[in-house]
Amino acid sequence: MSWLPSESAVLLLEDGTQWEGKAIGKVGTVGGELCFNTGMTGYQEVFTDPSYAGQILIMTAAHIGNYGVRFAESQSDKVQPRGVVIARFSPDYSRALAETSLEEFLIAHGVVGIADVDTRALVRHIREKGAMNAVIASGNVDLEKAHAFLSALPSMQGLALAEKVTSSEPYYMGDPQARWRVAVVDMGVKRHILHSLMREDCYLKVFPLDASYSDIMEWAPHGVLFSNGPGDPAPLQHVQHVAKACLDNGIPTMGICLGHQVIALAMGVSTYKMHIGHRGLNHPVLDLQSGKAVITSQNHGFGVSRAEVEKHPQLRPTFVNLNDDSLEGMAVEGKPVISVQFHPEAAPGPHDTRYLFHQFSELMAERHSEVK
Amino acid sequence: MPRDPSIQSVLIIGSGPIVIGQAAEFDYSGTQAARALREAGIEVILINSNPATIMTDPINADHIYLWPLTVDSIEKILQRHRVDAVLPTMGGQVALNLAKEAEQRGVWDRYGVQVIGVNLEAIENTEDRELFRALMEKIGVPVAPSAIARSFLEGKEIAEELGYPLVLRPSYTLGGSGAAVVHNKKELEAALARALEFSPVHEVLVEKNLLGWKEFELELLRDADDNIAIICTIENFDPMGIHTGDSITVAPAMTLSDTAFQQMRDYAFRMMRSLGHFAGGCNVQFALNPEDESIVAIEINPRVSRSSALASKATGYPIAKVAAQLAVGYSLPELKNPVTRKTSAYFEPTLDYVIVKMPYWNFEKFEGADRTLGMQMKSVGEVMAIGRSFAEALQKACQSLEKGYTGLKGKLPPFAHPQELLQRLDPPTAERLFMIREAIDRQVPLSTVQRITGIDRWFLRQIDHIIHLDRQLMRHSLDTLPPDLLRRLKRYGFSDAYIADRLRAGEDDVYALRRRQGIRRTYKTIDTCAAEFPSPTPYFYSTFEAENEVPAPGKKKRYVVLGSGPNRIGQGIEFDYCCVHAVRAIQEAGHEAVLINCNPETVSTDFDVSDRLYFEPLFWEHVREILDHEQPAGVIVQTGGQTALRLAKKLHEHGYPIAGTSFDSLDMAEDRGRFSQLLERLGIPYPRYGVATTPEAALRLAKEIGYPVLVRPSYVLGGQGMRIVIDPEELEEWILELFSRFPNNRILIDHYLHNAIEAEVDFIYDGDDLLIMGIMEHIEPAGIHSGDSHAVLPPFSLSEKVIRQIEDFTHKIAKALNIRGLGNMQFAVKDETAYVIEANPRASRSMPFIAKAYGVPFLNIGTHVMIGNKKLKDFTIRRKPLKYAIKEPVFSFDKFPGVKKELGPEMRSIGEAIRFIDDLNDPYFRELFKRRSMYLSR
Repeated sequence: MSWLPSESAVLLLEDGTQWEGKAIGKVGTVGGELCFNTGMTGYQEVFTDPSYAGQILIMTAAHIGNYGVRFAESQSDKVQPRGVVIARFSPDYSRALAETSLEEFLIAHGVVGIADVDTRALVRHIREKGAMNAVIASGNVDLEKAHAFLSALPSMQGLALAEKVTSSEPYYMGDPQARWRVAVVDMGVKRHILHSLMREDCYLKVFPLDASYSDIMEWAPHGVLFSNGPGDPAPLQHVQHVAKACLDNGIPTMGICLGHQVIALAMGVSTYKMHIGHRGLNHPVLDLQSGKAVITSQNHGFGVSRAEVEKHPQLRPTFVNLNDDSLEGMAVEGKPVISVQFHPEAAPGPHDTRYLFHQFSELMAERHSEVK
Repeated sequence: MPRDPSIQSVLIIGSGPIVIGQAAEFDYSGTQAARALREAGIEVILINSNPATIMTDPINADHIYLWPLTVDSIEKILQRHRVDAVLPTMGGQVALNLAKEAEQRGVWDRYGVQVIGVNLEAIENTEDRELFRALMEKIGVPVAPSAIARSFLEGKEIAEELGYPLVLRPSYTLGGSGAAVVHNKKELEAALARALEFSPVHEVLVEKNLLGWKEFELELLRDADDNIAIICTIENFDPMGIHTGDSITVAPAMTLSDTAFQQMRDYAFRMMRSLGHFAGGCNVQFALNPEDESIVAIEINPRVSRSSALASKATGYPIAKVAAQLAVGYSLPELKNPVTRKTSAYFEPTLDYVIVKMPYWNFEKFEGADRTLGMQMKSVGEVMAIGRSFAEALQKACQSLEKGYTGLKGKLPPFAHPQELLQRLDPPTAERLFMIREAIDRQVPLSTVQRITGIDRWFLRQIDHIIHLDRQLMRHSLDTLPPDLLRRLKRYGFSDAYIADRLRAGEDDVYALRRRQGIRRTYKTIDTCAAEFPSPTPYFYSTFEAENEVPAPGKKKRYVVLGSGPNRIGQGIEFDYCCVHAVRAIQEAGHEAVLINCNPETVSTDFDVSDRLYFEPLFWEHVREILDHEQPAGVIVQTGGQTALRLAKKLHEHGYPIAGTSFDSLDMAEDRGRFSQLLERLGIPYPRYGVATTPEAALRLAKEIGYPVLVRPSYVLGGQGMRIVIDPEELEEWILELFSRFPNNRILIDHYLHNAIEAEVDFIYDGDDLLIMGIMEHIEPAGIHSGDSHAVLPPFSLSEKVIRQIEDFTHKIAKALNIRGLGNMQFAVKDETAYVIEANPRASRSMPFIAKAYGVPFLNIGTHVMIGNKKLKDFTIRRKPLKYAIKEPVFSFDKFPGVKKELGPEMRSIGEAIRFIDDLNDPYFRELFKRRSMYLSR
């Protein structure tokens, strides 16, 4: 294995700028919306998070790949972004528990990458210009073709990417004897969400996102979780209907990230495309109920309108972002709902909001005792 | 929660004199805390016996007491002032211990003073090893198997039970004093006795050694609402077994998975919360088993520390400042991030660069000291370097050390066998990093180096990459070096000087070549957030990347102040004080002040101090490129000690403007030959002297001059290698030693004025007028280094005649040298004649002391004169009434058992304290004075 990437690669941005570097991962050409993650640990969890499906992901940490890949820590069974942009790439790694190198992992999943890029300059660039599409081309680069590829890329707005990452068939997880049955609507669910539910004594049935409300209810779940996932929540009208039905019927419901946005849309609140989004492990959020602040793991490029939530007769904000005051969570009046924009399951990131899964189990317990 | 309205006045306790394990970082934290509290409208009262600090400047606090750090002093202060609260977390273990002692004696209760920033009852748990272990067990945080020994016998029994290797940690000590790793019964006996002795309560923790485990540190902040954030994670390059102060450390953690990191974070939260209710900062250390990633807690320090100062500089997040705000009731979510100024102060900084901290050791000052590194800290200072990769930061750290390293390449004696090299990897020494490089260069497998050193393979691989590039470089000459390779070398931190050496070319040739190829340093901002948000804070480092984000400076006139680099014996915090004052004076004059320094412990590297801060090595290449970028009107070389002064020659040769005294004058004062000719011409007496380049010439010369003679190498600092010899036999022995230690150096031989009294004068000269800041008379006779002598301001036994001579000679020399700005002159007084020993055309160690004792901002005045903004006649000097102030040297010999404590011409003290006395009958003074008679009678 070479200790430094040798083939060249180029990153082309929609606004015409061009960034040169070295090829890593698979050699080829890929395109998608450019975004950046500021986490200093957890590159493997980030790369396997289905919410990044279809994107070109810049990692801001100086070195990536140092501790290789340990399969148990993956959040799905593949690398989700189409391309990755890295400052200093470690093709070889050091970790006793790791099973392979990041280089081999990227190649195995057909991910095209570019390293030795001034990622900081790139982040400053898109911070000013906003999120935009980009193409990574490596190997024998035909610039003309790469440009053509770039201009053919669709805009992220209106893209129902979740349909591409949902499971094809329902499946079960956990102990069938567990206390709670939770239906998970899979829009690209991270494994750690499932593990976090199992830790709260839940038996899970994971449904593809096209499952109907009656399909789900047939299994008689105690609660329903709408998962994270990639892309724009607006086109996911079917899932919004299912969410609306859950709320109307008083079913304990939890929404995370895209799931939160879907619940908002179901309540008639609009979502919007953010300038650059929030992606990292250090986002400060204020819990309006307790007055306490928490550090959260985040990954989203769309947001829920805080003004509309505040005006809505049945909704009220439960969490807000301390950096930009954007909405991070909401409650539905009289309904057993936990709906948050950030990732309480972490993986990667801090465990500050893991308690929300416990709260969800308490909602199920309350509802259960009422029904009895 | 907003500020607690019941707190209107706060007493901050400083850390006292600098010692190993407790250094300039507490000036930084104290200064930040004082400023933050005053910004919140709180009256600040401050006590610290260390005069060479910025924190004790009038602009930092409302009332300053340069008093001994004792409970009596505290009581006296409380009698004078209404103090609502005391903040004891900014002055290291010294301040915490003092606060505890005052608590035990009921002082805080008696005066109604609230203790803030820490829970004094709970800190018992952090200092008593047995309590710590019990607490960790209670909260479910694993610790290494251990037991407490209160006697020698008990210690031996525990050792039998746990098995070797073991770590011994005495309770209630500082900087790992008395701690040791022992591998067998024999080592145990000596170390155990010593450890018991070190602990004030005669108590030692005997702990299973976590040999080869990796070591990490987390810096936390917590507010009164119990919100906690991790500000920085630091990974030790050196594994467990070497004190973190003596380890090379890296931030952010390089080899830590998210799962392991989050586990540590959870433990750290639990540990901080277990220390009772308090708001402030805290440092937690962990060991991680690389095999299965199990984690154990090593210790927790509920106060700001050396590591938190490093973490502040590494992330940009000012921990001490925010900790002080939290202590008076502010909550993290209501404060703004002081760097971005827009986003929340409650967050966890993220880095898009790598920092490497390297310790600075002064073993050459402690003959006979055990040079191996272990549980007890032995370094006297540190450097931090910033790069976009570990390799770049590592090589920049080597360049920052001012030990002649141009990168990761030591000046090692040639080893016959790699085997011999391997033996030198363990036990570790100060040179280990360079040994590792050498070993890898000689094809020793990384796995072998890893096995012996316990250093993570990822770090070793980065060193391997550096060597790989070095090999490619060696195949070329200046004409054949491909631009691609040159670019890559620069990105890996190779200096022009290193490349030039390999290419057998000049440094300027390499610089010219890469400028032709457009390979120039780009400057990046430290912003706490990896560029996610805009940051207006001018805190920069250099690297080789696509974008230079530091705009060309505006029209305002600028001066660049060169800092003093790592703290070391002979050049410490005093010079940082001088640099900070230079910056302020430049700003007062309406100009911009740009500062370059690489010492993370200091106030000067606080981004709030200068208009632009470049955290860069004081290495010619880095300095010149900043100057090319900044185009200053002048460079201040007078305040950064020898570090800055040594750069003057290159500045001059390359046409950069030096502020104040010209290079020619600086050189004349430094060059013994030229200076003596000047004295001769002025008719000023000086001890006979000569310069020798061979042992033979030295012997001849000494005979001419007459014994005893003072022998030293030329161009060294703090009297390094200096010795008084009385006869030819002794001279020969020492000369041979010097030539082997300082090859190609010239040796200075001075006639030693036996039993002379030493005096020194600090002054400012503006071309017309001379301002004598003060004259200090040493208690120990000439021959004891001025830095190690007790000195009294003003003189107490010199005659009027001698004082007039000193003033007159100083004036003549200042005029002849055409000094513009600061100067220091040292005299030996014998038989009513003052002989000039040396002249330093720069700020001196004693200037901060004199400025504090008289309450006059001499450094400020000196800088105004230096940059030509004002003349001395523009100032009215009002000295505070002073009887006598005594400068007391402070040593750290306890860290070097077996070292002779006898004082001589080579400086060995690390810190100083100030003591005011009313008259010469003071018992403290009389005791000191007896010492003079003792020396004189020898």
